[in-house]
Amino acid sequence: MRLDVILRVTAKLFLPFILLFALYVQLHGDFGPGGGFQAGVIAAATVILYAIIFGLAPTMRLVPPIVVETMVPLGVLIFLGVGLAGIATGQNYLDYSHLAHDQVHGQELGVMLVEAGVLVTVSGTMVAIFYAFAARGRS
Amino acid sequence: MVLLSLMAAVVLAIIRIRNLFAVVVLSGIYSFLMASVLIVLDAVDVAMTEASVGAGISMVLMLGTLYLTKTTEVVPVHTPALPLFVALGTGAALVWGTFGLPPFGAADTPVHTHVGREYLVGSVPETGIVNVVTSVLASYRGYDTLGETTVIFTAGIGVLLLLKRVHRGSGSK
Repeated sequence: MRLDVILRVTAKLFLPFILLFALYVQLHGDFGPGGGFQAGVIAAATVILYAIIFGLAPTMRLVPPIVVETMVPLGVLIFLGVGLAGIATGQNYLDYSHLAHDQVHGQELGVMLVEAGVLVTVSGTMVAIFYAFAARGRS
Repeated sequence: MVLLSLMAAVVLAIIRIRNLFAVVVLSGIYSFLMASVLIVLDAVDVAMTEASVGAGISMVLMLGTLYLTKTTEVVPVHTPALPLFVALGTGAALVWGTFGLPPFGAADTPVHTHVGREYLVGSVPETGIVNVVTSVLASYRGYDTLGETTVIFTAGIGVLLLLKRVHRGSGSK
């Protein structure tokens, strides 16, 4: 019998709640503390915890490195794209006022998209750096 | 004050201990104490970042580095006189600089009278966002956050370039 059964069971219980908390921090950032950066780090911590408990190979099957490395530039592109959408709707760069039918909703939508971009880049970068460190030690 | 004394004690322990595993754990404790100080200062967003990045991710990365290297610090060959002098000089200059700051929480400082007031008043009617930190970060100062995201992107690319192993056919090391 494996000696780390308690760790495995506890991690399995905790992982969905950690991911849910990351989503809460991301989507509730308008009203409480948090935002894309913190949520991205917490989401990356989910993957890293899984990798520490269950090993690197299953984690890389679950979250392939190519996906993680695509996320690193993808978030910046989302951010830049929202900025360009501001120009396309007749405003300044990174002005979200015309993204929806009125200014307040446009700002909320723009902030949500920008935070999503931050989340994607931050979580992708953290997991990619962790993969780079962990994969080096296995040779 | 209690938190700050605890942080000083942790720093002294980090200086004394030669086992790097203990040093990494102590630096995590230091980050959590720093996060507590930031909560006392009502900077909840910064505290959250400090706790998750400083105590979480960077500890994992430092432990990963320890896994690749030795876990005992080598005895330094140089005398600590010059680094000690530089550290003390920088610290003294910073403490001297704090004497020029306005008292903590003063409402009539330039920070609170110019643009900060407009953010606080305008956040809800202009953006509908209650948390002013979020509206300043993502909307009013969108350029800065874009720059920060690009910094993270650049840092990630740099670390990957340095650490990632490229397997070229069978000739990989």
